Amino acid sequence: MTIREKRATREGFGQEMVALGKENPDILVLDVDIGKSCKTGEFRKQLPEQYLNVGIAEQNGAGVAAGLATCGKIPFVVTYAAFGSMRMCEMIRQEICYPRLNVKLACSHGGLTPANDGASHQCIEDMGILRTLPNMTVIMPADYTAARKLVREAASYEGPVYLRFTRDAVPVIYGEEEKFTIGKAKRLREGRDVAILANGDTLCLALEAAERLAQEGISARVLDFHTIKPLDVEAVAQCLEEIGRVITVEDHNILNGLGSAVAEVAAEQGRGILRRVGVQDQFGMSAPYERLLARNGITTEHIAELARELQKQPRR
Amino acid sequence: MEQPLSLAQLQNTCVDLRKEIVTMIYQAQSGHPGGSLSVAEFVTACYFREMRVDPQNPRWEDRDRFILSKGHVCPAQYAALAMRGYFDRSQLATLRREGSILQGHPDMNKCPGIDISTGSLGQGLACGVGMALAAKLDGKSFRVFVALGDGECDEGEIWEACHTAAKYRLDNLVVFVDYNNLQLDGACDEVMPLGDLGQKFREFGMDVYEIDGNQMGQMVAALDLARAVRNGKPKCILGRTVKGKGVSYMENACEWHGIAPNEEQYRQAMEELDRQYVPEAETQGNAGQPGKDGAPAGGGYAGKGGAAV
Repeated sequence: MTIREKRATREGFGQEMVALGKENPDILVLDVDIGKSCKTGEFRKQLPEQYLNVGIAEQNGAGVAAGLATCGKIPFVVTYAAFGSMRMCEMIRQEICYPRLNVKLACSHGGLTPANDGASHQCIEDMGILRTLPNMTVIMPADYTAARKLVREAASYEGPVYLRFTRDAVPVIYGEEEKFTIGKAKRLREGRDVAILANGDTLCLALEAAERLAQEGISARVLDFHTIKPLDVEAVAQCLEEIGRVITVEDHNILNGLGSAVAEVAAEQGRGILRRVGVQDQFGMSAPYERLLARNGITTEHIAELARELQKQPRR
Repeated sequence: MEQPLSLAQLQNTCVDLRKEIVTMIYQAQSGHPGGSLSVAEFVTACYFREMRVDPQNPRWEDRDRFILSKGHVCPAQYAALAMRGYFDRSQLATLRREGSILQGHPDMNKCPGIDISTGSLGQGLACGVGMALAAKLDGKSFRVFVALGDGECDEGEIWEACHTAAKYRLDNLVVFVDYNNLQLDGACDEVMPLGDLGQKFREFGMDVYEIDGNQMGQMVAALDLARAVRNGKPKCILGRTVKGKGVSYMENACEWHGIAPNEEQYRQAMEELDRQYVPEAETQGNAGQPGKDGAPAGGGYAGKGGAAV
């Protein structure tokens, strides 16, 4: 797998929405005055009849989307992860998840990526919050291609979906031919000593760590858990059974995200040793993205270090 | 419906509705009688006169939509749906029971005729805006009726939704505010003064009709206006109502927000409501003419099979 250029996942979202909107006039973009940052500009320009903007009024935006969905529309509500998951949260629960309406929440600036903006705009809680809502599907693509493909999957899936994108350009991992299925993890690298389960922007860190470990003679399996709900329990179980040493990596609080979801499976199955790499239950701050990741140990080196430590432990 | 109901027929239907409301809550020994009774004229006028719906095909794409944003008063809507034949009237006895289609707050996936699930206050208007917007986007003629409580106008989302309704010129949206001036913890003026609510909705871009929301003639006249005036402005019917309307001991009594009557109170309520039927033959004209209202007590109307336990 050769890593090519760098592109932001939010751009993949914006691009695919234009294609989807042209194919299906029921697909709408509903902005809350943050469209420029979330890359809906091209959709707005090319498909003005399918474009709505309700202003800085997220709660209302979620409700309007619910109403549209009852009439057969497929609205994508577009905002930042912090506002989409928290300001709208109860409206998503009551008017979207409870009636199981076909609304998509497409949120950029997930995790620590709005780095310079500081803690108010960074969002380390969203996937955990959304994961606890019945009927919700929670997705985070790892690169531009995955973003495009998973947006398309979400559009054809009937029911509520939360899609998390990020601000910064990340390496393009996947080729055009790659296929994605919601709820099915992708195995990117085979290995027998340790399994690294990652999602989003941190997937490339996991791949780098695996590369480094290979040079040291440690063989790491790497999986892309682009969907944390429904979780690919089978893929987790396989890692626990076949390898028994698992590291999760995410740009999200270590509480309630991918690491927690995997821990739930490991605990219930009573097997495996698990280490969770993620935000250490602390708010961020204005700083370069790499520094914020480093402050939380979300680095290639830390992942490799944990792998080495696990490697020394007997399998359980 | 084939033939529009006369004003007297609508008034009597509204008495039927109130009897069903009180009966349901009495049988369930749980529910919200006060607000259910105050919103009864609006619900009756919508389901028995104004709305274009098909009870045999509740998900008909071109139907008018009804949203009970103040979802706790669902006994009023359930009664109307049963009386219109969306489901068998016997279902009303299952209110709030395990497995019932009649949840404590409306559930669109369980109960036929519910257009959106509600219950958490302040959220219904935005959903109604979405539906009215869908009609405009698709060039369809259906309209959307939303019942709001006065107390839930404390919620900011209501006013966000008003902005959107005005921006997109949703004159196919009719908002009724059940202004009974009582909310859970006390009088609106005391809990959170609403100021000049009519002026507020006007400033937010709506045509506002201020009426006595428990006078059927005025209700019908306001709905007629809302239907006729297609000027790009959403419609707001601000109805001054009496919480607990029709049952003397519940009227204007804050404690009847969310409790059920006992057996003796139930009997008294039924007796009082029975006296509120009006003679249909004596009321002239049709319901489209306002000013023929004021249901006289003790009219001796006996043609309606009221709810009975």
